[in-house]
Amino acid sequence: MSARLRPGAPPPAPPARAVPGRSFPPVAELAVTSMALIIVSGIWLAAHLPRPAPLGPSAGLLAAAAALLLLAAALTSRLRPFAWNVFFTVAGWALAAYVVIAGMLELIFVLDGTRGAMLVLLTCSLTVFALDIPLLLGFSVARYQAAGAQ
Amino acid sequence: MTEISTAPTGGMAPAGQAPLKVQIVPVRGLPLVAAALAGLIAAVVSNRLWALDFFHVVGGGLWTGIDLFVGFIVGPVLGRLPVPARVAFSVRFMPKMVLLMPTLVITTLVAGWQLARHEGTILISYSHHGWIVASMIVVGVMAVVAIGILEPANLAVLFELRKQAPDGALVGRLMRRFIYTAGITGAMQVATLVIMTRLATT
Repeated sequence: MSARLRPGAPPPAPPARAVPGRSFPPVAELAVTSMALIIVSGIWLAAHLPRPAPLGPSAGLLAAAAALLLLAAALTSRLRPFAWNVFFTVAGWALAAYVVIAGMLELIFVLDGTRGAMLVLLTCSLTVFALDIPLLLGFSVARYQAAGAQ
Repeated sequence: MTEISTAPTGGMAPAGQAPLKVQIVPVRGLPLVAAALAGLIAAVVSNRLWALDFFHVVGGGLWTGIDLFVGFIVGPVLGRLPVPARVAFSVRFMPKMVLLMPTLVITTLVAGWQLARHEGTILISYSHHGWIVASMIVVGVMAVVAIGILEPANLAVLFELRKQAPDGALVGRLMRRFIYTAGITGAMQVATLVIMTRLATT
């Protein structure tokens, strides 16, 4: 890693560090709350089987979770400076993993004969869940990295 | 809002030393994960009781055992080690957990769900339906703690250790969070054991 300095050359730049003392908006808290709402909604639906659960509470929880996710995404998008490279690297891997996980859960629902409004609700819930976690992980790592870090 | 520490490196890599080579996702383990998930899908599609039971029991046993071991054995030991020793352990341990734990969790939950449908224990008419709902709540709490707190701390530590001059205070703080949340999920796993043994014997 060490480079030999030529006479008269400027000293090497110090290693990139995150800005000390910088505070961030509550992106992680919003994403975790959103994820928790999706889980509560899922438990509510599952606890009523085989009877169809009233969809109102689950739809409300899903709407609240989606709103929190959008707010978290909006707050993240406004961060300047921010280690976007690191964010997208982590979020990309996490998204790949959670698309597989959400896809498997979706497969289960379809195989089990879930249809109609219930399937739409569960699919939307899985979508929010699969987007929440990449955002959370990407932000949680990138916040400690210097802008421009790889 | 969280302040970022500016404390010195705390006995980790001295200035000018090459940063640690930390592999976040052990790519060589991905085929094993793919094989496990393929087996799980085959079990679900075939809907065979033995295959579903196998994936649920093996996945759940490993998940519970690892959580208990990490929460109550590894975590406290790690907490008493000097920071360089914690770092040396973590750069080898945590990447493996990044692959292993999500695979065990999805295997256990998917196979468990199908198993419960197969045997009718998920139905509201089941005499111990309350215990089933309790198990869902326990899993939900563990998911929030593990995915929302533990995993971000785990990844943030690994990325911090890749820096030329890692922030020792930050690594120490994130590792404490990892240790505490591992203890919480370990305690929740005790609840899982109580529920599952209760369901299996009544």
